[in-house]
Amino acid sequence: MAREEVKSLEVYEGGPALTFSMGPQHPGTGHFRMILTVVGDVVVRCDPDPGFVHRGEEKMCEYKTWITNIPHLERPAILDSAGMTYPYVLAVERLMGVEPPERAKYLRVIMAELQRICSHLYWLGLMGVFAGHATMYMWCFGDREYLVDLTQLIGGQRITHSYFVPGGVRNDAPVNVPKELMKDFRRYYRMMLGKDYPGGEVPEDFRKYALAVCDFFDTRLDEYYPMLLDSSIFIYRTKSIGVLKKEDAVSLGVVGPVLRGSGVKSDTRIDEPYDAYPYIKFNVPTMEGCDSYSRMMVGYYEMKESVRIIKQAIEQMPEGPVKLKQHPVTIRVPAGEVFASAEAARGQCSIYIRSDGTDRPYRVKICSPSFRNIIAIPHLIREVRIADVPIIYWSLNYWPVECDR
Amino acid sequence: MNLSVAEDVLNKLVDDLREKFGDKVLEVIVEPKKIVKILIAPDRIKDVAQYLKSEWGMDYVKGVTSVDLSRLPSKAQDGLEVIYHVSSLSSDVLRGVTLSLSTKVSLSNPIMPSLVNIWKGAEMHEREVYEMLGVSFEGHPDLRRLILPEFWSDKPPLRKEYVVPGRER
Repeated sequence: MAREEVKSLEVYEGGPALTFSMGPQHPGTGHFRMILTVVGDVVVRCDPDPGFVHRGEEKMCEYKTWITNIPHLERPAILDSAGMTYPYVLAVERLMGVEPPERAKYLRVIMAELQRICSHLYWLGLMGVFAGHATMYMWCFGDREYLVDLTQLIGGQRITHSYFVPGGVRNDAPVNVPKELMKDFRRYYRMMLGKDYPGGEVPEDFRKYALAVCDFFDTRLDEYYPMLLDSSIFIYRTKSIGVLKKEDAVSLGVVGPVLRGSGVKSDTRIDEPYDAYPYIKFNVPTMEGCDSYSRMMVGYYEMKESVRIIKQAIEQMPEGPVKLKQHPVTIRVPAGEVFASAEAARGQCSIYIRSDGTDRPYRVKICSPSFRNIIAIPHLIREVRIADVPIIYWSLNYWPVECDR
Repeated sequence: MNLSVAEDVLNKLVDDLREKFGDKVLEVIVEPKKIVKILIAPDRIKDVAQYLKSEWGMDYVKGVTSVDLSRLPSKAQDGLEVIYHVSSLSSDVLRGVTLSLSTKVSLSNPIMPSLVNIWKGAEMHEREVYEMLGVSFEGHPDLRRLILPEFWSDKPPLRKEYVVPGRER
């Protein structure tokens, strides 16, 4: 955490300046404080102050075993727990020199993409609130429910499922869907799209049900566009606000939709393909606008791509085992060093592990996407009006817990 | 990314560095599936970083790690290893490769030059290493605490000598 609390009056060019804290209780920041210096209502300096939700994940990793590390490593970003545990599991697998079975690779991809959509829906929904468009919040959270239900069917938990284990996934996807869920989905389908589910009956088979939910969500995404992204409120609030130039995005080292919103086509799923991603066709959306609007649009198009990925993965997924073997919690991992990356919802998440051959890691370093994006906050929140601060902040999809770890 | 192509390029890069910096390249690990690490003497780290950026297009910092080496069972040593994980967004061949550029400083006097002037993106990462492991970066524009609370007065918490209360082994 940064300097002591300051409430002083300094004189800048243009008049007296006031320094004050925005957060950590501010609804627009959440567990995170920005120390803003303003002249009138123009912010002249912003000093981000993370650390309110620091839990010492990296130190905790040194005390827990290789397997018991998985549940607590997903806590930094529970909306995107698959994205956070993915690099860890990949890293441990590379140290052990094992590769998961084919079916597990596809299940992992499905889970990671479901969580990406759920995380992006939260992002888009709250952006609606910040931009003065509360309906978007209701829509996103209503639709998200059926995707979270899919996550629950596969992983057993709604969000923190600890589904990935070294050498595969914890359990297989179910064969059938519960009757109540089919009924509920049918009701929601009629409510949102104004017509009955085609054919009358929602499929009971899990694969077919998942494809039906994907199709439904794809239709809903098309409705989001005129509702929020093409609406004048949203465009006025986000276009040309918080411009991060392409060369700055690279030199500051930002990741994910922030980097792609600045026109850099970089995605770990393409650059360093892992698991089933090489077998799946998808695009990496980029926007050239470099502003808050571009970043939100990249997030929106990414959801569309994720739906495509899930559909392909469900169709291509072979039968077979889902893990190499059931590990005891005290497995030993060969000594060595590894650096593994995966594309989490907020961008590339990398993990460096040093193993000394015992049942616990010697050192685990998490390079989380939000921590890599925090440097963009003082860069972008400068010479902007106070009213634009929440918009810029939230367009970075910054998640304080993920940053603090 | 094609692993064999990447391995060729990385071997060329290592040879180039060895030729340019001679015995300042202390240790090299090239295992593209796991890690590609080059250990450099701390007095030349800045030159190597500058060279990598200008000649090889390494312009993108992914993270800065520091490891306390004092409790390694195989080869315990008095020191902290500081590792810069860098990559390139301008070069298509090196795009999917992460190069770990590392150096060692002593535990009692952990001072090394800051690389923020070369890689701007390392600013927050260096601040984190500074508070978590106590490494001082000379030339850093704003070396302050970032995540730890203001009242923290104990040892740097990610050093091995710091034991979490109630978790003694």
